[in-house]
Formats: sequence, structure tokens, C-alpha cells
Amino acid sequence: MQKQAIFQSRLLPYALVAPQLAIVLIFFYWPALQAVIQSFLLQDAFGLSTSFVWFENYVDLFRDAAYFEAVVRTFVFSFAIAATSLSFALLLAVMADKPLRGSMLYRTLLIWPYAVAPPVVGVLWIFMLHPSLGVLSRYLRNMGIDWNPLLNGDQAASLIILAAAWKQISYNFLFFLAGLQAIPKSVFEAAAIDGARPMRRFWTVTFPLLSPTIFFLLVVNIVYAFFDTFGIIDTMTRGGPGTSTVTLVYKVYSDGLLGGNLGSSAAQSVILMVMVIVLTGIQFRFVERKVTY
Amino acid sequence: MANVTLRNVRKTYPGGFEAIKGVNVDVADGQFCVLVGPSGCGKSTLLRMVAGLETVTGGEIDIGGRIVNQVEPADRDIAMVFQNYALYPHMSVFNNMAYGLRNRGMKEAEVKTRVDEAARVLELTPMLERKPRQLSGGQRQRVAMGRAIVRQPKVFLFDEPLSNLDAKLRIAMRVEIRKLQRRLNTTSIYVTHDQLEAMTLADILVVMNGGQVEQVGNPLAIYEKPATTFVASFIGAPPMNLMSMRADEIKSQIGNSGDAGILGIRPEDFVITDQTPVGGVALPLTVEAIERVGAETFVYGSRAQDEQRVAATPGELPPGEVIVRIPGSEAPPIGQKIRVAALRQKLHLFSGDGRTRIEA
Repeated sequence: MQKQAIFQSRLLPYALVAPQLAIVLIFFYWPALQAVIQSFLLQDAFGLSTSFVWFENYVDLFRDAAYFEAVVRTFVFSFAIAATSLSFALLLAVMADKPLRGSMLYRTLLIWPYAVAPPVVGVLWIFMLHPSLGVLSRYLRNMGIDWNPLLNGDQAASLIILAAAWKQISYNFLFFLAGLQAIPKSVFEAAAIDGARPMRRFWTVTFPLLSPTIFFLLVVNIVYAFFDTFGIIDTMTRGGPGTSTVTLVYKVYSDGLLGGNLGSSAAQSVILMVMVIVLTGIQFRFVERKVTY
Repeated sequence: MANVTLRNVRKTYPGGFEAIKGVNVDVADGQFCVLVGPSGCGKSTLLRMVAGLETVTGGEIDIGGRIVNQVEPADRDIAMVFQNYALYPHMSVFNNMAYGLRNRGMKEAEVKTRVDEAARVLELTPMLERKPRQLSGGQRQRVAMGRAIVRQPKVFLFDEPLSNLDAKLRIAMRVEIRKLQRRLNTTSIYVTHDQLEAMTLADILVVMNGGQVEQVGNPLAIYEKPATTFVASFIGAPPMNLMSMRADEIKSQIGNSGDAGILGIRPEDFVITDQTPVGGVALPLTVEAIERVGAETFVYGSRAQDEQRVAATPGELPPGEVIVRIPGSEAPPIGQKIRVAALRQKLHLFSGDGRTRIEA
């Protein structure tokens, strides 16, 4: 039976929905609309004159080699972060799933990093791996590695990937652990009796049975790496050295707020919006499907 | 082909709980052994210890002359059918059965021959390409059986394999399992809480309670001569009537001299009669309830107050209640006073604590 509330006044339902609608309109649709409008405008450096330029901002972007570098970099970062964080989380979850003493304690501890805000994650890791202050940098240098993420772009990139992946491990761990616990223990026992050694058991039974979870997390992690790593990048490298850690989201910020090119920044935002819509679409489409193995 | 011997097998959990308190069982080659007991009696734990899924904390498990206490499940040459079947949900029926063979590096042609043969025997041939979720409960159960038989192991282990099936299918599969085991002649250990399943399947029946073996033997022998009051009340449905008696009552009623004890009489050993058989016992009853099952009728009677010479053991039967089984056609009306009697040789006498059978 369908639930249907009956209101005496015609206006009351609208009044009840209004606050939520107002929030969505003011904080989501209004800025989005602004971004779209702004992306068709060109301003001079001092904001004194504005002219309507149609798609020029977009055309400029697609002609800009730096933008394509940022696109490629963002994809590389996203896959690297997702892969690193997923594999560590899976490893930890498989370990934590064993009936060991104190398992509740370290399961809880493993979840904590998720509560740390991205900028704080950045600060934590830079403390450990700063070329002159970092605790770990000393060991790296002692091992003969010329560690300086402030000068070496690849090292800066790997640092960002490491920090961003670390933060996401907790989230992935939770889902993997839940996924593992949803598989009946007797299936693993049957595989053990069937002569599958632990590694083979993992690849032929555990991994395929976790594939729906893995797919879900892959999408979530890519979205995370795309959009939620801003705080980490800003505190750790500010996009540098050079532009070696500038991702699409960071570029929106640096071009618009630091570079003063609001039109281009807005056009980039609009492109990102389209990407979010596509990714969310993929997520809903596949995650809604129940069993995929 | 192998015998399975358990020598003083024990299982103590880290918390100190003793699940298995020293079990000795000897299953000869090709025999069908059934472990039966109420839930929590340790029968599944014992089976899992034989499978290698639980560690053994004391005693020895011997499969085919080899002590397997420290041997991995995969290397014990056993196959197990789980209560929830434990099929691999992402594999087809064929791959479910082939998995154990491929893991052992068997050639693909041989794998196919074996799986096809097992599928033929179990009538699974049309379903080989399906996934477990596309099968009915009974079909899944057969796949689980197939996964066990393709391996041609020394020992089959069954952990309540029929308890997830409906009553009709359960009986059909029970017969199937027995026929299959007879034909393959593979030593089997089967765990169940259903005493009917236990009676019909077993060559050798092991009745367990509280982590201990109460009685081991041929099912009919156990039925006819239960060693303890636990076995007496667990094997046979409805359960045996048990009545505590004082020493003088035993003396006067059955002529045995000795201590106080417990008298047991199976519901089917009573007849409604006015006579008292020589050496036997007679009980006047008031009919309280009738259960008609078709072929037979169960009469629930209470002993009249002035006849309280025999009182029920606490926990076994409500005080004064006696179950009598009579042919289906007869049924005394409720409230009627009847008199039931049992022959001397149908009486079971146990010590006062119920732990020992006293041969009268």
C-alpha cells in the first residue's frame, strides 16, 4: 500500500519542502549556473572589463598542452591511488578476517585513519617525508635514495599517491571486511578440503566472490582520487614542483584563484561536473545490480 | 578405502571449554557411521576434527592407518558435504565438481570423465553449466554430493547434509545417500540430530551427549538395549517412558533386589489389557490426550493419584505422564480409565543416576 499524507492546506507541503529546495538551489544550482555562465566570459586581469566569448575558454583549454597533462596526471593519480589503496585494504582485510585474539581492537584501529581530514593527512605525511624535517627521509637517504619531493616531481607525485591512498585504506578495509564476512566460512573450508592452497584459494574463491565489492570500491576510489585529494595536494605540494602534482581539481583552483583566469577556471569546473555526472551514472548503473559474479 | 579410528580424542577450546571429552570410535572400512545427538553435543566438532577443520587437542585420529592430527585437510584424502552445501557461487556446477580435481593437477580429460560420470549418477547432467543460485535446494545438495564423490576419497564426511531440505526430499535423499554409499563402499561418517535419519542410515551408530559418547553400536542393538537413560530417551520416537522407582518398588514390581533405579518402557511395548503379565508391570491410566497419526495412535495418559508408586524422572516426562503407542484403528476416549501392561522382557532398568543399564 502506498503511503500518502493528506494536508489540509495546499501551501503546507511546499512550505515544508522549501528549506531543502532553497539550500539545494542556493548552494548547488546557483554556483553551478554561475560556473556555466562564467565559462562563457572573459575577464581582464583586474576584473575591470568582461566580454562574452562563447566557447573560447573551452577551445583554449583543449588547445592547452598543460590541460591535457593535468587530465592524464589526474587519471594516473586516480588509478594509482585506487590500486594502492584497494590492494593494501584487501590484504589487511584478509588478515583481519582470521579469528585472532584482539581482532576487535585492530579492526577498530584500522578504521581510524578515515576520520582524519585530508589536509591533516597531508601535513602528517609531509612531517614524515619532508626532505629536511621528515623522520623517514633520513632513512631513505641513508638507503642511498636521493629523496626530495620538493624538487623531484615523480617523488612528489608518489608522495601524494601514498598519502591519498593511505587515507582511503580504512574505508576500503571496512567494505572488504564486510564482504569477506558475508561469504560463508564453509565455502573456504570446502576449498581447503578440495586441495586449494591459501594463495590459490584466495585467487579462485575469495577474489571472485569479492568482485562486486571490488568494483564498487574502484568507482568510489576513483571519484575520491579525482575530487577529494585537493586538501592533500594543497598542504603537501601546492601542485609543485612545477606543475607535477597539479590535478584537474587543483588546476581549477590555481588557474582561477591564483592565476585570476576565472573564465578558464569556470570552464574546467563545468568539464569536471560532466565527469562527476558520468562517474556517478556508472556507479549507480553497476552498483544497483546485485550479483555480478 | 580406509578405516577411521578415534582414540581418546579431545577438544578443549582456548577459553577452557571442553567440547569433546575423550571419544573412542572405530569405523571399519566401508562402514557407514552416524554421529547422533542433541545440538551442542559436539558431534559436528568431532566431524570437523576428522576433516582437519578443527585442531585436535588430545588423542589421535587415524585414517587408514595414518595418524592425521597434524595433516592438512587437503592431504587427508577426505571429502565433506556441508549443511549449507558450501558450493562455490561463482562457478558452474561442472566447475564446482572439477575444482578439487584440478587443484590436484588432474588432466582435463580425466576431470571431464569423472565429473560427467558423477553428474550422470546424480542426474545432474542437464545442469552442468548452471550456477548454484539457479538450482533448487535438492539439486544443490546433489552437487555437493557430486563434489565429494568425484574425488573418490577414502572417507566421506557429512555434516547434517539433509537438514536444509523439506521433509519429503529429505527422505528421498536419505535413501539416495545410503544407496550411493553402499555402491561406492566408501567409509562414511555422518552427523545428524535426527534420530530417524541416524537409525536408517547407520551401520554403526554413535550416540553423543555433552561431548561424550553415550553408546556405540548397531542401531537396532542400541534401540533394544540402550545403555543409559539419555540414549533410551533420545533413540526412538516418541521417547521411552522413564519412571524413578524406590528399591522396594523395584523389588515388589519386578522382583529385582538392589538400589533405587529408573524403569523404562517404550510406548510401543505397552498393550491395553486388564491382565498383568507374569513378571511384567501394569499401570492404570487416565487418558489425557490422543494423537492420531494414521498408522498408529499415541495415547497420553496420567497415572491416577493413588497409583503414584512410580514417579517420572524430572526432566524426562511430566510427572505422571505416560505415552502409549497403539494401532491406528483403536483409540480410547479422553477421560477414560484404562490399564496398560508391558511384558517382563520389554522392561529396561537403569541405575538411579541413569548412567548404567542394569540387566534384569
